[in-house]
Amino acid sequence: MAVDTAHPAGAVAGSGTSILPGALKDAFLTGLIALGLLGPLVGFQTVIIDGALGLAYRPLVVAIMVGIIFVGRLILNLTVWSPNRAPKANAGSGPLARGALAIAPAFKPALLAFAVLFPAIAAFAMGGLNESRYLLDLGILILTYVMLGWGLNIVVGLAGLLDLGYVAFYAVGAYTYALLATSTPVNDFFAAILGETFWANWAFWFCLPAAGLFAGLWGMILGFPVLRLRGDYLAIVTLAFGEIIRLVLINWVDFTGGGAGIASIPRATFFGIPFNASEDGFAALFGLEFNPMHRIVFLYFVILVLALITAFTTVRLRRLPVGRAWEALREDEIACRSLGINTTNVKLSAFATGAMFGGFAGCFFAVRAGFVSPESFTFDISAMILAIVVLGGMGSQIGVAVAAAVMMGGMEMLRNLGFLKQVFGNDFDPSLYRMLLFGFAMVAIMIWKPRGLVSSRDPTIFLKEKKAVSGSLVKEGHG
Amino acid sequence: MAEMALPLHGWDKDPILSVEHLFMRFGGLIAVNDLSFKVGRGDITALIGPNGAGKTTVFNCITGFYKPSEGRLVLAHGRAPTDAELAAVTLNGERALAGPDAGVYLLERMPDYKVSGEAKVARTFQNIRLFTGMTVLENLMVAQHNALMAASGYSLKGLFGLPGYTAAQRQATERAKYWLDKVGLTERADDPAGDLPYGAQRRLEIARAMCSGPILLCLDEPAAGLNPRESLELNELLRAIRAEHGTSILLIEHDMSVVMEISDHVVVLDYGTKISDGTPEAVKNDPRVIAAYLGVDEDAVEEVEAVLDEATGAQS
Amino acid sequence: MDVFVQQLINGLTLGSIYGLIAIGYTMVFGIIGMVNFAHGDVFMVSTFIALVCFLLLTTVLGITSIFLALAIVLVVAMFFTSLMNWAIERVAYRPLRGSFRLAPMISAIGMSIFLANFVQVSQGPRNKPVPPMVTDVIVIMEREGYQVTLAWKQVIIMVLTSALLGGFWYLVQKTSLGRAQRAVEQDRKMAALLGINVDHTISLTFVIGAALAAVAGTMYLMYYGVANFADGFVPGVKAFTAAVLGGIGSLPGAVLGGLLIGLIEVFWSAYFSIEYKDVAAFSILAITLIFLPQGLLGRPEVEKV
Repeated sequence: MAVDTAHPAGAVAGSGTSILPGALKDAFLTGLIALGLLGPLVGFQTVIIDGALGLAYRPLVVAIMVGIIFVGRLILNLTVWSPNRAPKANAGSGPLARGALAIAPAFKPALLAFAVLFPAIAAFAMGGLNESRYLLDLGILILTYVMLGWGLNIVVGLAGLLDLGYVAFYAVGAYTYALLATSTPVNDFFAAILGETFWANWAFWFCLPAAGLFAGLWGMILGFPVLRLRGDYLAIVTLAFGEIIRLVLINWVDFTGGGAGIASIPRATFFGIPFNASEDGFAALFGLEFNPMHRIVFLYFVILVLALITAFTTVRLRRLPVGRAWEALREDEIACRSLGINTTNVKLSAFATGAMFGGFAGCFFAVRAGFVSPESFTFDISAMILAIVVLGGMGSQIGVAVAAAVMMGGMEMLRNLGFLKQVFGNDFDPSLYRMLLFGFAMVAIMIWKPRGLVSSRDPTIFLKEKKAVSGSLVKEGHG
Repeated sequence: MAEMALPLHGWDKDPILSVEHLFMRFGGLIAVNDLSFKVGRGDITALIGPNGAGKTTVFNCITGFYKPSEGRLVLAHGRAPTDAELAAVTLNGERALAGPDAGVYLLERMPDYKVSGEAKVARTFQNIRLFTGMTVLENLMVAQHNALMAASGYSLKGLFGLPGYTAAQRQATERAKYWLDKVGLTERADDPAGDLPYGAQRRLEIARAMCSGPILLCLDEPAAGLNPRESLELNELLRAIRAEHGTSILLIEHDMSVVMEISDHVVVLDYGTKISDGTPEAVKNDPRVIAAYLGVDEDAVEEVEAVLDEATGAQS
Repeated sequence: MDVFVQQLINGLTLGSIYGLIAIGYTMVFGIIGMVNFAHGDVFMVSTFIALVCFLLLTTVLGITSIFLALAIVLVVAMFFTSLMNWAIERVAYRPLRGSFRLAPMISAIGMSIFLANFVQVSQGPRNKPVPPMVTDVIVIMEREGYQVTLAWKQVIIMVLTSALLGGFWYLVQKTSLGRAQRAVEQDRKMAALLGINVDHTISLTFVIGAALAAVAGTMYLMYYGVANFADGFVPGVKAFTAAVLGGIGSLPGAVLGGLLIGLIEVFWSAYFSIEYKDVAAFSILAITLIFLPQGLLGRPEVEKV
């Protein structure tokens, strides 16, 4: 309740009269509302006892929560929202903003260097490669979401088309790999001409481009019907498409394995060389001692390269007519059409490009997990990717990367709050609260920074610097 | 008919655009009712009329944003088509018949982006539609999208930075710079378009339309919201566009000082019908126009019409 | 024929519930032009509030009259659900009014996730079944052993829905609240200038929407006898489909759409495939938005150039 409510009335600003009664009254009301909100569902728990439904009571929990809200509101009323408090100078030129501006040029290279060196840093920090497994897995997870964020950013951030079904393309990519790699006919075909193990070893490298292209095609197929739609309606229809694809994956058991999913998908190989302890394995060929972590480190670099390709392509496309048309489309569709731009093509190209990167990421997901099922492609994932894009600041590459790291890192940290068990008892499972806090964070971010962390936009072309920059570029590239 | 006796005007001899029996209905409302007029090649033609007369609707029909309920919109590149050529195009149902030096486009059959991209009719909007979050220069680059897109090999060449695209991009920038100079916005090229003052935004919108290389430029109230000095500059700009680029101009305008000052031909619309058509001099003195603008009561209009009918009847 | 009549009755019952939820979507969209993503979860929360209240009344207070219990549950659920939706609007949507277009929608998605997980955490993830209530049925037809029945609870649902709609329609059409609502819908700034308390009117819209969702929630609990934290999303989407199908912004449209969606779902399940019934619902949503975005009773929107 405490977000935008008017400052407590009664006390006249700056008059120095006591604000306590007003603050108390306001805090009391807030507490009362909190009691009304929390009372029914926190105070009573429906439990099944001996097959019948009964109630358990938790008055203490409600009392504590309401108490915290009451006291918190009271303190806020007396301090931050106090009418006697001098209004703070406007933000923007604050030390934080200035500091951010100062480090901005160095930030990107530093982040890139950190990403490249991350496996070494992790191994060093944890005291060994095997011990760094957890950190590397987290790194892979974050980079997957960075890539998904960048992919969706093309659709939402650049072209301004709100897509709530992005997870569908992630699923298309994952299932493309899962189905092709485990397909017996395909395996037999390659076994006959190129050897028994060929397909198991090379499936990922063949399927990766196929997954991207196939997802891109699906982006066009699903984009076509929604060309005329805008804003909320577009969002809802894309959500519906995402759900339809997931439901089909669940129900078309013969083809997709249904809810049970597809297991034992071939693992990634070092360009055909499997990561195993055998004689033709990666370790033996490179004269290393076999370590299952090699594969994890390799996967880390695969997703890093994939993500960087996404970033590079997007940055490049932005400076091309198609990228400018995406942004122009976001600014004003009618003006675009008045300038001879075929907005149908522009939209479809945005959908297809975004979907393609989603497909790459999906293919990677399948090879990393070795297992896919419709459970992994729920609406929550779409919402999470969208939240990353929005928190990052729509259209900003670096913002999206930081947002993905913060979001996924934060969600992951919630898994590790084991010490809370000592506070709340052994029944307390902190991981249950992940999505609860995620939902709360989405609301809070919107209210705090509706335009995201980085709200400014880099122009794609300059006039004054044009001669210098472009001239030198041309010479170095082609001279 | 009275007009038959009058000498042929330039716009009758070589029209760049002929609007023929245009109807536009929204449900039961008839916004444009059997409107026919011609826009002369190289002319500045003004479409005027009281508020709600249907001027913008006519514009939207010409530029493809609305599909007319009925009527034909003939745009002629190079020279006006002969009746036989026109009949052939209309019969074939083709949108365009482009010869070596001439082409005919039936605008009512084309989608909006082709009216601009292929038939080369550019427009501005009554409520300015700039890409406000993009810089002034970017706005002008977007206007050259189709040419640049082809040059970038539909992004493939551009993605790998091949020289063909770089040259095209440089050329497009030169063109943008030329128009920035023309409208006096060179200094602000790297500022977001949304930051410009109102008058500058109007000029930028015209520059952007010109960057798409039109042969007919349609301006929807270009002088709205401009101060007198800016209005004068606008007149200069429009004259320069016509003189230096041979672009024909069709404009909707309420500011009579602009209309009378620069137009060669004025068409007056009221309640979706044409009430007058001729040189600014002729239109200014047309009693029907005066009645429509001054809002004379019905009786007076009828009186005037009776007088007019008598006069025309006597003439023919 | 017998099966058809039975499915017709079932479909109309289900459709009434969807219609009640759909009104919440349609009113909020009408007044602030936003798809209230969390509305389905508000409905889900209301089933739990109703469940807790029902258990309190029957097991703790020992009320034996099921109708008295249901009446009290209805009022209590309406009150607490309304309070919750009022708070949601206040916290999650009002600060974003006038912000950029996507902000309220994303905030609503966040709120939807929050509510579903709030219930999961506080009530547990398992299905919560209640013993069947109001089990009496009327046999309408009987042929070759197949009975076409009209359950009393179906009668209650349909009668209550019609009565509420009547009252509600009166509220919107004839009272000053309704007038204020329509004024805010047309032009928020002008309405404020004319002395309408815009915040107040919007809050009331959310309160009314939640109250109707709570009625739907209570009916749902009575009809299906089960509550689950995940049962907000899909009914929400179906109700939203109903609102769009009927023409978003139109109250009779929401109810008409609800009935149609209920019938389609029931007949689809009965005659085609029960597995794909949600696919059918989502497909109808997509098809409606693409080909008939103004809905059956809505006004078409002309692109303004």
